[in-house]
Amino acid sequence: MYFDLTDEQQAIKSTAHDFLASRFKSERMREIAASDDGLDPDGWKQMAELGWAGLALPEEWGGQGLGIVDLAVLFEEMGYALAPSPLLSNTVAGLALSFCGSDDQRERYLRPLAGGELRGAPALWDAGSPGTIGEFTMEAVVDGDGVVLNGEKTLVPDAAGADFFLVATSDGRRHLVDSGAEGVSVRAEAGIDPTRRFSSVRFDGVRVGAADSLPGSGADYYPVFHRVCVALAAESTGIAQRSLEMAVEYAKDRQQFGRPIGAYQAVSHRCAQMLLETENSRSAVYGAAWAADAEPESLPLAASTAKAYASDVGWRVPDASIQVHGGIGFTWEHDLHFFLKRGRSNAAIFGDAKWHRERVADAVLAGAAETAAI
Amino acid sequence: MDLTLSPSEEEFRDEVRTWLEENHPGPEPEAGLDEVMAFRREWQLKLHAAGWAGISWPEKYGGRGATMIEQAIFVGEAARQEAPSPANVLGLAMGGPVVIAHGTDAQKQRYLEPILTGEEIWCQGFSEPESGSDLASLKTRAVKDGDEWVVSGQKVWTTFAQYAKWCMLVARTDPDAPKHKGLTYFLMDMEQEGVETKPLVQITGEGEFNEVFMDEARIPEANIVGEVGAGWGVAITTLMNERAGLAFGAIAQIQNSLGRLARLAKEVRVNGGSAAEDTYYRQRIAQLHIEAETMRLNAYRGLTKTMQSGIPGPEGSLGKWQWADINQNLTELALEIEGAYAPLARGAENAVANGAWQYGFLRSRANSIEGGTTDILKNIIAERVLGLPRLR
Repeated sequence: MYFDLTDEQQAIKSTAHDFLASRFKSERMREIAASDDGLDPDGWKQMAELGWAGLALPEEWGGQGLGIVDLAVLFEEMGYALAPSPLLSNTVAGLALSFCGSDDQRERYLRPLAGGELRGAPALWDAGSPGTIGEFTMEAVVDGDGVVLNGEKTLVPDAAGADFFLVATSDGRRHLVDSGAEGVSVRAEAGIDPTRRFSSVRFDGVRVGAADSLPGSGADYYPVFHRVCVALAAESTGIAQRSLEMAVEYAKDRQQFGRPIGAYQAVSHRCAQMLLETENSRSAVYGAAWAADAEPESLPLAASTAKAYASDVGWRVPDASIQVHGGIGFTWEHDLHFFLKRGRSNAAIFGDAKWHRERVADAVLAGAAETAAI
Repeated sequence: MDLTLSPSEEEFRDEVRTWLEENHPGPEPEAGLDEVMAFRREWQLKLHAAGWAGISWPEKYGGRGATMIEQAIFVGEAARQEAPSPANVLGLAMGGPVVIAHGTDAQKQRYLEPILTGEEIWCQGFSEPESGSDLASLKTRAVKDGDEWVVSGQKVWTTFAQYAKWCMLVARTDPDAPKHKGLTYFLMDMEQEGVETKPLVQITGEGEFNEVFMDEARIPEANIVGEVGAGWGVAITTLMNERAGLAFGAIAQIQNSLGRLARLAKEVRVNGGSAAEDTYYRQRIAQLHIEAETMRLNAYRGLTKTMQSGIPGPEGSLGKWQWADINQNLTELALEIEGAYAPLARGAENAVANGAWQYGFLRSRANSIEGGTTDILKNIIAERVLGLPRLR
């Protein structure tokens, strides 16, 4: 029984923390947020040099071979810094290739992705569909030994500048499509979160050769999905942690009625609640990350637990922090709104809290969730 | 990071599990408090005979010298199997540890063994009618008279005072000293003329707690634990004792309740199906499960921190608050699921689950008050963990 980071994980955390704090100061984050495409190729290059593009990918394919706990450590720091980067999309594409790709596909796509030379993005949700997890409507129409894709995918993260898309179809498969392929067009969408952009991507009669459809399908992607949920939950926890710290700092400093506002229980109790929720979220995230690495049979429930809880916390804690800040918290000038926006955006993607709670309800009400007290 | 037990810890858990399964005396009698106490005394004798009483105590004082993880395993397993509480809970969890930490050799000689056997029950005389959260403002006076101290005042919320031989009493010995400095920790014999106990009937109709009135009660000088005037420090260590293990009992208890809640939801019909098929109830049950899971994992983190540094981390101070929230929400949801039947209590022919949830709902109202109110815990967290300024 040891529920804490190892020295190596602590080192990853402090490296990430220090790098992000110096590289992504507020002014830089705002520059990227205000830019047309939201891209920061130099920043991503530096992250890739630190090994982040392939942190939790197998060494065999050029990754660092570390675990999901390590990945969660990194995502938590990314949330804390609110660093704009394609780490999320890259992680989804990398894990998908790692779990479900063929060796040939891994050689062509995973190895350069893990080294930061190629960027991939998942194109999962169909425009106009209810957005239910795992239910895709785009059909893979058989054409000779390959398939043809027609339709529009939306909520594609970091699509601008991506080298390839991983496109989901109604048969549960994923297909590798180069962003420059004929019939592919990317349209940036307006989003609440300018630090992580979503696009819609059209596929008009795009032909995919047999070598570019991944052999895995359907349930083969669950391990990918659950790991991504943990990573996103970790990012939301970092968002909550930073928002909490901002609130506490402000509450110590800001004076009203002759006292720091943090002396008033209406404010201090709100901060205590934020701490409770942030710590709970962190525990749920690392419990699930540990399960991914050491006890994969308990990952599905643990990942839904973490994603459900962190989905709420990732925007409620910044929201509470805005309330502690009062008027200044509602201004564009203050950074808090960026945290609120990322947190709310995270809450919606890869299953919202309601969707994940439903998975937990399935397990609890079937009696499968009985865990020992210790 | 490793959330599993080591082979030797697993062996310990199996030993605890098997022993409890073989010796569990079944549910407590429903009759009256006297019957319950007799049942618990018998259970404690059994625990003691097998070496399970005072497992955190050092071996030389009759305990088992168990590690923190072993304590957590034992408490968690006992709660999971819904084993009865031993009769002398406060003696085992607070009295013994405080005597071991601050007592003289003579006190250790005199008090420890009867705590372990349950022969002498202990109670705790801290709270007073005018000193609840602000404990250090307590007014019960102790005045020196030769080699005795004469005590007058009133205590309240004194659990099982009517059965107790000894009271861990904090009284003011120096009214002129600053409030935390003028207190002394005594062991008061409850069986004397100057001490009167009166049950305090709580909202469940039971009388777990008492008022204790002291009118010139006498305590020999030899019954002071620690120094005269050092009572606050001794009392605080008492309160800190055994907290680590308790969390795991609370978690197992909540997991049991969640299991019962799931069964209730499957039985109760709503909108042509069971409550377990109703989205609203499913969402709320899932949320409770999620929160219980965060509480369990927080306790693991707290245990790791405490074992590393000897000091609980910030998440350690959150557990009691969280437990109260979850336990209250859980019983509230159960009554909501029962719907129109919620008013029917134990004994009513048409009561759901023989009114168990009605009792749980009422009893859990105290959870956010007893042992430190949630409001005060939030103050403590704000001040000591977050470093926010004090209001006072």
